[in-house]
Amino acid sequence: MFIKDYISDVYKAAKSLLTGMKTTGYYFTHPKEIVTEQYPDNRDTLKMAERFRGEVIMPHDENNEHACTGCTACELACPNATIKVITKFDISPEGKKKKALDTFVYHLELCTMCGLCVEACPTSAIKMGNNFEHSVFDRSKLLKTLNNEGSKIREGVE
Amino acid sequence: MFSLKSITDSIQVWLSANLGATGALIAQCVIVILLAIALFAVLGLVLVLMERKVAARMQVRLGPNRVGPWGSMQTAADTLKLIVKEGLTPDGADKFLFNLAPYIVMIVAMLLLAPIAYANNFQIWDINIGVLYVTAVSSLGVIGILMAGWASNNNYSLLGAMRSGAQIVSYELSAGLAILTIVVLTGSLQISEIVQSQADGWWIFKGHIPAIIAFIIFIIAVTAETNRAPFDLAEAESELTAGFHTEYSGMKFALFFLAEYINIFIVCAIGATLFLGGWMPLHIGNWQAFNHIMDYIPSSVWFFGKVFFLIFLIMWFRWTFPRLRVDQLLNLEWKYLLPISLFNLLLVTMIAILGWHF
Repeated sequence: MFIKDYISDVYKAAKSLLTGMKTTGYYFTHPKEIVTEQYPDNRDTLKMAERFRGEVIMPHDENNEHACTGCTACELACPNATIKVITKFDISPEGKKKKALDTFVYHLELCTMCGLCVEACPTSAIKMGNNFEHSVFDRSKLLKTLNNEGSKIREGVE
Repeated sequence: MFSLKSITDSIQVWLSANLGATGALIAQCVIVILLAIALFAVLGLVLVLMERKVAARMQVRLGPNRVGPWGSMQTAADTLKLIVKEGLTPDGADKFLFNLAPYIVMIVAMLLLAPIAYANNFQIWDINIGVLYVTAVSSLGVIGILMAGWASNNNYSLLGAMRSGAQIVSYELSAGLAILTIVVLTGSLQISEIVQSQADGWWIFKGHIPAIIAFIIFIIAVTAETNRAPFDLAEAESELTAGFHTEYSGMKFALFFLAEYINIFIVCAIGATLFLGGWMPLHIGNWQAFNHIMDYIPSSVWFFGKVFFLIFLIMWFRWTFPRLRVDQLLNLEWKYLLPISLFNLLLVTMIAILGWHF
């Protein structure tokens, strides 16, 4: 019985080691598997993953319209006060007052790219962008306004 | 078969004609020393680069590729950096032993270059106890390592050195027994005779399964003896920072690093000589035509090809297997490798006596 266990131990050990060597050997002989991105060299062709979280952006359409209602759900969801939503009151033609976005302030230097704001947004006005080249020489440049100059809320978004 | 003997003989004749007997001997010593140092430097550069490239490919990376074409100058640049760096000696260290240790490790590695047959009739010292010499001298390296660990006055260094000692002492047994199986088959300790005995086929083929088992045990044991992963307990980055060479910097560290790679080269050269025929081309029994074609490939190409194949095998181990714990390490040696190699030696002796090998 002892001898049988001993031999089976040796056999299993050899088998598992060879399995490992097969994997590394496969990678060694298949250079196309290499995943390295030679970043500054391939900057033009660099493709980031769809789900990569580089910064918060607010997409605007061709009419310079966004989908932000100024509800401040993102501001409340943010764990470290990265977002500050400043609202104003638009007067509609009928004379009704309506809450709207004035300035969407985004502190990139505080952001941890957790994406909770994007999840909290009820109108999908903001999303995570792919850009990751954020280095600047002055910290104040990291303070960003996400809504464009003169933009307004898209028709029909409540 | 092409031989370097004519070249070495003509150098010998020319030297003794021009310098007299003593002068010729001194000149030959100088030439040999220069060749050995050149081999050292080149091997250090090539092996470190090879290691990094192999590691990268196995880990699905590119490896060094910035300095020179495909990063080929990377190790030269690293060496230059290490030469320029300060070789610091810690305050609490035993200064004499601390500075002596890297040279001991180096000298041991250099001594081992002597009996290796690099090509047909191209050998520094064809001593009649070549294999015994190699096994004896290679175990001296542990003195340098223990010295480094002790003199550093550092817990990590001492622990690394002690582990290295335990490891080398135990694995030397199975490495020695694996070497003995081939000595039993050849009946000689002389390296040149061992190579000649493989003129009709390498021992790994001629010696049936026991030779293959001995080869596997030899490779495992020498991996442990050179302190390489999966047996790199002596350095164990995650536990001991760098083990016995934690306190070394600059060129003194580089000597340890170089000695490690030279030791790999040497054990692989011994493995290639014993099991894969050294510089002997691939000969199969009486296939005259085939053997003749194989003879056209120079013997040094055969030798270095085999050695680099074995080095690649050892690198493959390093980048595949996880490190063993110290109890697992000793279990492997005393419970598995040693009994198996003892039994294997018995089997080989029987084969040799009964003449069952080819």
